[in-house]
Amino acid sequence: MLNIKNLHAKVEGRDVLRGIDLRVNAGEVHAIMGPNGSGKSTLAQVLAGREAYQVTGEVLYEGKDLLAMPPEERAVAGVFLAFQYPVEIPGVGNLYFLRTALNAVRKQRSLEELDAMDFLALAKERMKLVEMDQSFMNRSVNEGFSGGEKKRNEIFQMAILEPKLAILDETDSGLDIDALRIVASGVNALRAKDRAMVVITHYQRLLEYIVPDRVHVLANGRIVKSGDNDLALELEKKGYAGFELHAAGHVPAAVGATP
Amino acid sequence: MSGTANAFPQALSRLQAKPNGHHPGWLKGLRRSAFQWISERGFPTAKDDAWKYTRVAPILEIPFEPAEPGTSRRLSAAAVDQLANDFGGPRLVFVNGYFAAGLSSQKRLPKGAQITSLASALVDEGEALESVLSRPFREHPHAFTALNCALAEDGAFIRVPANTTVEEPIHLVFISDTGAVPHVSHPRSLVLAGAGSRATIVETHVGILGDVYLNNAVTEVVLDEGATVEHYKVQNETETAFHVALLDVRQGRGSKFSTHSVALGASIARHEVKVALEASGAEVVLNGLYMPRGEQHLDNPTTIEHAAPHCTSRELYKGVVDGRGRGVFDGRIVVRPGAMKTDASQTNKNLLLSESAQADTRPRLEIFADDVKCAHGATVGQLDQDAVFYLRSRGIPEDAARGLLTYAFANEMLGLIRVEPLRSHVERLVAWRLGTGGGGMAA
Repeated sequence: MLNIKNLHAKVEGRDVLRGIDLRVNAGEVHAIMGPNGSGKSTLAQVLAGREAYQVTGEVLYEGKDLLAMPPEERAVAGVFLAFQYPVEIPGVGNLYFLRTALNAVRKQRSLEELDAMDFLALAKERMKLVEMDQSFMNRSVNEGFSGGEKKRNEIFQMAILEPKLAILDETDSGLDIDALRIVASGVNALRAKDRAMVVITHYQRLLEYIVPDRVHVLANGRIVKSGDNDLALELEKKGYAGFELHAAGHVPAAVGATP
Repeated sequence: MSGTANAFPQALSRLQAKPNGHHPGWLKGLRRSAFQWISERGFPTAKDDAWKYTRVAPILEIPFEPAEPGTSRRLSAAAVDQLANDFGGPRLVFVNGYFAAGLSSQKRLPKGAQITSLASALVDEGEALESVLSRPFREHPHAFTALNCALAEDGAFIRVPANTTVEEPIHLVFISDTGAVPHVSHPRSLVLAGAGSRATIVETHVGILGDVYLNNAVTEVVLDEGATVEHYKVQNETETAFHVALLDVRQGRGSKFSTHSVALGASIARHEVKVALEASGAEVVLNGLYMPRGEQHLDNPTTIEHAAPHCTSRELYKGVVDGRGRGVFDGRIVVRPGAMKTDASQTNKNLLLSESAQADTRPRLEIFADDVKCAHGATVGQLDQDAVFYLRSRGIPEDAARGLLTYAFANEMLGLIRVEPLRSHVERLVAWRLGTGGGGMAA
């Protein structure tokens, strides 16, 4: 589904991604872990189409050149980014926003647009996944939402838009344990054999709830190690220090071999 | 039509000889002195501080002819509905500044309330109206108010007696329908709100696509003690036209006045609002939305004069400027000596949608009293790029995302319109202007 080859990204003259290779198949959940500043969020933003970066390399999504597509085209083709910092949009109602987005996606999939009533019925059903209150629908997008409410709103949007490839950028950050459980169970409910997920996180904690098929360690803009869920546990014990040094090329890797 | 730099003044000078026999003596005198004023003082230039932002030259290049009654291409009531909408209440229609009785409907009115044309009120009232009608010109003399004073033929006359409420919005429609020859009209309206009375007034200014005209309107509102008037103005002139207007308001003790201006049309428009809070406890709200695009120039000068203690003023103007458009907010608040406990706030926010869009904002506070509370703030910004990306990342195309965010910016002003059919009418106009669906978008 997703095939990333030698992806580089630069912002303001600084190399943030320095040659990423990653392959994600339909039905798989991949975790990308790494310390602050390792390039995790940049990877998420580049995949979603943020224009602030100078990007080289190749990203194939269902065989198509993802990097050539503007963000909205990626979205209607089934790519979804759950933002680390969802944006507040005063004056635009959550319901209107989501229906406009869903209808853009449905149009691409040659499905009929949903009217306000049908959409409301769908929204009510999907809200239950993240235990969201209906009053959220009548508020402006993310305006005045708490950190946890914003993250739940992201997963709710994902449940509505039904993407093929979901990238969750630090969805666990700023969540207390109850909110984390709610968000994770929402994500787990959306796991499907035709849907891939890339879960980006700093902490192993999230992966106790969303168990990944593969774990990758990102340090200094490169994937320095890949493994199964055991790798996440190992990281939890030993930290990232050895990886960062390794990626910078100073000393041999503290944990395992080169990728 | 592309005349010399003073084609319009020359056209005006030919008017002088025209008799205006049907006017009473006092009015003839007033009109003469107003005409005298303009021949001596002429039109404002860039040196005139009150006209700092608006160039009059493009208006003066056109030899506007005075509009005559009956020049209309016989607009039907349906055409008026389409141009200006019908909000269900009484509606007075003026074509080129002349009352069009056949297109108007007075409906049922409370006892004693008058909603009619100024020309007919002058016949009945005569001299009683002299002091009010001369005031805007005498108090704020500039070329356009002088012109209106000298040449106005008609307009709306609304009088609501003391302790009387007119429930339905009174709709005043000013249509310019001039055809091939550029015309100027000078509608003059007067609203007298008796003590404790209540009324809602909607002014719509529209024209016919492609016509070149100048609509030079003056509306005067006088609120007696405890009166409440809600005023709305939709300026949706055709974009080849010019619109110069003055809304002149005087408020008595404890009265409440609000006005909402929506400026969408005209090549050059200057809608000036002047409010005098003359007795204690008066409250005024001035709201405005202006959306110049293309080469449009929309100027919004406002003056609020706190002349008495314990008065409150609230002012919020928002500009959405696209293309090579220019939006101006020039807001002056004067607190006179002795106007203690004045509570004034003024906010102006501008959104620039293109590289060549321009917004000028000039808040001016002139405070000559102690113990007052005056706050003001002004911003000029662009669309939030993070928000644009967020919407695009959900599948909403860039143009639609920008339209949605722009509508959301304007929507705060639309939400303040309390006449429901007017609000949906303006929502449609704004959504159409921005190319968004609009409906149901608000949170």
